[in-house]
Amino acid sequence: MSKSNTILYLDGVSVSFDGFRAINNLSLVLDKGEMRAIIGPNGAGKTTMMDIVTGKTRPDEGEVFFDGQVDLTRHDEAEIAMMGIGRKFQKPTVFESHTIEDNLMLALKGPRSIFPALFHRRSAAEARQIEDILGIIRLGDKRHELAANLSHGQKQWLEIGMLLAQDPKLLLVDEPVAGMTDAETEETARLLKDIARDHSVIVVEHDMHFVRELGVKVTCLHEGSVLSEGTLDFVSADERVVEVYLGR
Amino acid sequence: MITGRFFAAGADRRIAITIFILLAAAIIVPLLNLGVSPASAFYVPAYIVALTGKYLCYALLALALDLVWGYCGILSLGHGAFFALGGYAMGMYLMRQIGSRGVYGNPILPDFMVFLNYKELPWFWHGFDHFWFAAIMVLAVPGLLAFVFGWFAFRSRVTGVYLSIITQAMTYALLLAFFRNDMGFGGNNGLTDFKDILGFNVQADATRSALFAASAVMLALAVFFTWAIVGSKYGKLLMAVRDAESRTRFLGWRAENVKLFAFTVSAVMAGIAGALYVPQVGIINPGEFEPSNSIEVVIWAAVGGRGTIVGPIIGALLVNAGKSWFTGVLPELWLFALGGLFVAVTLLLPRGIIGMWDSWRGNAKALRAASVAEEAAKVAVPSAISKRARSPARNPGEWSLSDPEPQAAE
Repeated sequence: MSKSNTILYLDGVSVSFDGFRAINNLSLVLDKGEMRAIIGPNGAGKTTMMDIVTGKTRPDEGEVFFDGQVDLTRHDEAEIAMMGIGRKFQKPTVFESHTIEDNLMLALKGPRSIFPALFHRRSAAEARQIEDILGIIRLGDKRHELAANLSHGQKQWLEIGMLLAQDPKLLLVDEPVAGMTDAETEETARLLKDIARDHSVIVVEHDMHFVRELGVKVTCLHEGSVLSEGTLDFVSADERVVEVYLGR
Repeated sequence: MITGRFFAAGADRRIAITIFILLAAAIIVPLLNLGVSPASAFYVPAYIVALTGKYLCYALLALALDLVWGYCGILSLGHGAFFALGGYAMGMYLMRQIGSRGVYGNPILPDFMVFLNYKELPWFWHGFDHFWFAAIMVLAVPGLLAFVFGWFAFRSRVTGVYLSIITQAMTYALLLAFFRNDMGFGGNNGLTDFKDILGFNVQADATRSALFAASAVMLALAVFFTWAIVGSKYGKLLMAVRDAESRTRFLGWRAENVKLFAFTVSAVMAGIAGALYVPQVGIINPGEFEPSNSIEVVIWAAVGGRGTIVGPIIGALLVNAGKSWFTGVLPELWLFALGGLFVAVTLLLPRGIIGMWDSWRGNAKALRAASVAEEAAKVAVPSAISKRARSPARNPGEWSLSDPEPQAAE
């Protein structure tokens, strides 16, 4: 398989923790500009796969390439983030003691060393970017509130906003609609489809309604490897997927 | 830009007031000591000047700890080591100033070296006859130690209680090393019998007053400096690392460098505190490396309220004033009182004195607002209360009322 024109290329990746094979010979390819939904039962290795891509976990074997040529196994979290891979955690993780605006400011693309941060002054361009993102995630009227005071769904949105501020090439979004109302879920689907217009996105989600809403290619993971891949209808018709995940 | 924020109306009033009080004390206390006759009711005796000068050094040390503990969550149990190293650097300068006035009258070697049969000055004592060199060492030695220590510790992602334990081990190792006579720092007697600092007699009232003023001014500067750091984007990053370290990594920040910078700056501040402390107490010995000293600093910061800049200063002043009084009246009970104080503060005042003050004032304000609102329109009451209770304290000098607990990222 050719790596060129892929944004993410995993081949034969395995990792085990204390003898437990969390990822087992996983191969997954994401084309540039593609959005992919990943489904699978608990323990299928979805989060571990994200850990490997973002540099938190080193694979025991296998190849992980970003943008066709960058070997991600040789870089750590901060470097990978700077290359343009953004990640939203399963549990929304924002800086609770900061305001919404400050959360976005810390995420905003720019130099990441100490001294520029020490003497940093917000420029008009940055203010405008923050303004735009606040509009997209619909938290403009709460900009001066502490992130701790947001609802669960709003925190999810703030975290997506922080991803946007980072302006990554590839977004890894782990369970973005967990704990959201139906209306919020629909909004999030709309938001992600918007983002996918000029970014590559991987979405991990259990909510099949939401996955259908996204209308993209689906990969079902099971016991650390790909069980089935294709359109949602194809995957959900797959005997084995029904067996291990969807239930009869 | 920083000064603009500083003088902005209403912004960080508490910090401005603290700096003003310290600068005023730096002028008034020496005046009342030197310019007023001892018979006057306003006379400040020399021993009070020396004692409060010492407390101000402790306050600076507590502030240094606050920068890393309160704002970055690094509970250092070894900050006394940086304090003592700064103190030793100053002590070495003061030793070299004694010259031939020592007991053995050796113009080059300090008394303890003559006593221990040193033939010549060890290499690391060279240069300490110049104040400027000693002053650089006061900053460089603690800073360098913190940089190297932090570089390894933070890069290996040692956090939490393990980090606290190795900082404690660091100060204990230095304690043992400095106890040895062949280290060349005076062994367990340390450095003492100082005569002059910059040509002035260290015992003289005027010098003591000047040292007091220097301590107060330095503390005021440190307050301003810490406040400026904490209010910058870097300061926000520092708190972000405290609350969700791995989030900052996935945003591309190097959390280890963020911590390393704060840790090094903090160690330098602690070193300055030690350097101001030594001429005022007239001795520096390995006892300053005692782990219990470093733990006491943590208690000062906790009592005053960590992460508040002003709190640790108040804590250091109050606890030490209490200590001076207590050790005079009931010396054998002091350690029990200190331990009890720490337990009591942890249980009853988890945010320290400043935190209690803020929440008390917040409540009072909310009540007042509520009663005003009640008179105006009964409907407005709940909104007034909830608004106040949720109002974010975004200025570094204040304590957030809705204080979010640090949370672990995945």
